[in-house]
Order: sequence, then C-alpha cells, then structure tokens
Amino acid sequence: MAIISLISTWFIPCFILLVLLLATGKKLPTYELFVEGGKEGVKMAFSLLPFLLGMLVSITILRSSGFIDAFIQVISPILSFFGIPPDIVPLALIRPISGTAALGMTTELISTHGPDSFIGRLASTMQGSTDTTLYILTIYFGAVQIKKMRYALKVGLVADLIGIMASIIIVTIIFS
Amino acid sequence: MVNIIWACMAIIGIIYAMFNGTMEEVNKAVFESAQEAVTLSIALMSILVFWLGIMKVAEAAKILKALSSLFKPIITKLFPEIPPQHPAIGYILANFTANMFGLGNAATPMGIKAMEEMKQLSGSKEASRSMITFLALNTSGLTLIPTTVIAIRMQFKSLAPTEIVGTTILASLISLTGAIIVDRICYHIDKRKHQ
Repeated sequence: MAIISLISTWFIPCFILLVLLLATGKKLPTYELFVEGGKEGVKMAFSLLPFLLGMLVSITILRSSGFIDAFIQVISPILSFFGIPPDIVPLALIRPISGTAALGMTTELISTHGPDSFIGRLASTMQGSTDTTLYILTIYFGAVQIKKMRYALKVGLVADLIGIMASIIIVTIIFS
Repeated sequence: MVNIIWACMAIIGIIYAMFNGTMEEVNKAVFESAQEAVTLSIALMSILVFWLGIMKVAEAAKILKALSSLFKPIITKLFPEIPPQHPAIGYILANFTANMFGLGNAATPMGIKAMEEMKQLSGSKEASRSMITFLALNTSGLTLIPTTVIAIRMQFKSLAPTEIVGTTILASLISLTGAIIVDRICYHIDKRKHQ
C-alpha cells in the first residue's frame, strides 16, 4: 500500500516536471502554450454544463421519487434466484447510472457488512472494476457536441453487465 | 436513444412520485441537482484548464508522439480508423495511462481532447466508430489500482485493504475484453444495417 500511494502522489508532479524540462530544453514558449491550452478548457467546461445538468436532474428525479428502490425490491427475488446476493443488487443497478450514488452504496455496504466480508469484498471489486457509463458518455459526447451516440450506450451497458457478473463469479471463486 | 432514456427517467420519476407521495422530494431534487451540476462543471473547469494547458506543452514538446509510437501496434489494431501518426492516439494513450493509475482528474481532460481529435477526423456530428471504441474501453473501467475503494476499506479497518486489487484487475480485464468484443459486434451489425 505504501508503494501504491507513493506512485499515486509522485506520478503527476513527475509528469509535469518531465514536460516542462523537455519543453524548456527545446526552447518552446511554455507559458504561452499553457495559457493557449487552458483557454480550450474554459470553453469546454461551459459547453459541457447543459449536458451534465440535464442528465443529472433527470437521474435525480427518478431516484428521489423512490422508483429505483421500488424497482430493486421487485426484481431482487428474481436475481437472487440466479445466485446474486440481494444486498448487492442496488449497487449493481446504480453503478452505470450514478457514480456518487454508487460510491455511497459501496461505503454503506462496507460499513454494515464489514470490509472483509463476502459482500464487502464483492462491493469493493464491483466499484473498482466498472465505471459510470452514463456519466462518461454525457461528459465526453457533451464536450465535443456529439448529438447522435449511435450504439455507444448499448456497448457501455453490456460491458457493465459483463463486469458485474465477472465480479460476482471471481469474488465467489477466490474468497470462498 | 439518449432522448428517450433522458425523457423517460424524468417522466417515470414524476408519475411515480404522484402515487408514492414523494413529490416534495422530487421538487427539491430538481433544483438541488441542477445546482450540483453547476458545482461539478466548475470543479471540472479547474481540472480541464490545468491539464489541457500542460498537455498543450506536452504536445508541442512531442511527448505525446513518443508515447504513441511506443504503443502503436496495439492501438492501431483497436482503432483502425485513426492514422498511426495522428495526435488522437497520443491523447488516447494519455487517457488510458491516467485511468490505470486511478487519476480520474487527469484522465477526463485528455479523453475529451482525444474525442475532439477524433471528431476532426470524422468531420461529423455523429459518434464515429473510434469514439465508441474509446468510450467502451473507458466505461469498462481501466483501473489497475482502485485507490478510492482501498481508502474506504482502510477507513473501516479492513485487515487487508488491498486484497481486492487482484479481483478488481481480473474483473476489469474480463469486462474490457467483453467491451471490445461487443463493440466489434455492434459495429458490424450497424454497418450491415446502413448498407
């Protein structure tokens, strides 16, 4: 763990150092280039805002209405029939839709079941091995103003499903 | 597809709230989440400005080009539509590297830059094949070290906070492979439909 956190903290500063050393060595106008690139960032963040806001509001309406919870209650017996632990079902369903909600659920599962329990390990693996598909698609397509996503959402969601099933199978095999 | 999903989430939510008696929560959620989105965009702006600035310098210093020639064989297989010397490849690799180290903050600006380059290549408002492959890889989680999860496990006094690194990498690899296969299948189905 010490080495991992060391790499994480050293990686970015060392990368910046490398870039600036090489660029200065090549006599490039570093500061001017930085500002020029930064301007693009400002523009991007503004054009991104409506995409992000629209998606976030819609997801929050669905979640706060209690629909997602009710839906999970209805389908968890079906899923537990296939050997998927009911406690993990909400996390698996929310993971592709909302990153903050998923992180909250993972924390909650780890705190109630313990980090070294089966559920705790499964939640940890699931949280780490998949990403928030809807958020990623919104951010990336939004930033470059792509209106037609074509089959991107389908691919992303199927990949999530594969990741979730893989997590369950792998954690079951390795830790029990 | 996005239009339908977006509208349906809100429609279902509001109708369900009518019968569930949660209209007050929904009403509050609309304004709170809108505010959250603005906060999130501002937070993103700081990261975007900084990283796009640094990456502009890196690009001028030809660091991205060096990175792309190193991994050229794999990347040209994954993204057949991008010319091997194109700057998009450098940004894609920078995004993957940042993701692998769990540096989501650095990964997003580089990913957006990669998308921009790919958009210039395709010259259309529609998602291109390369863009979808790129996002498929991103959504399947490229993380090697899940730092956030490890931190949470430490907080709850796990005896072995890092024991899930192995299972996470394995699950990521499987979902990554799955994503590539599904992406290829969808591409060919889509191509046949438009012929």
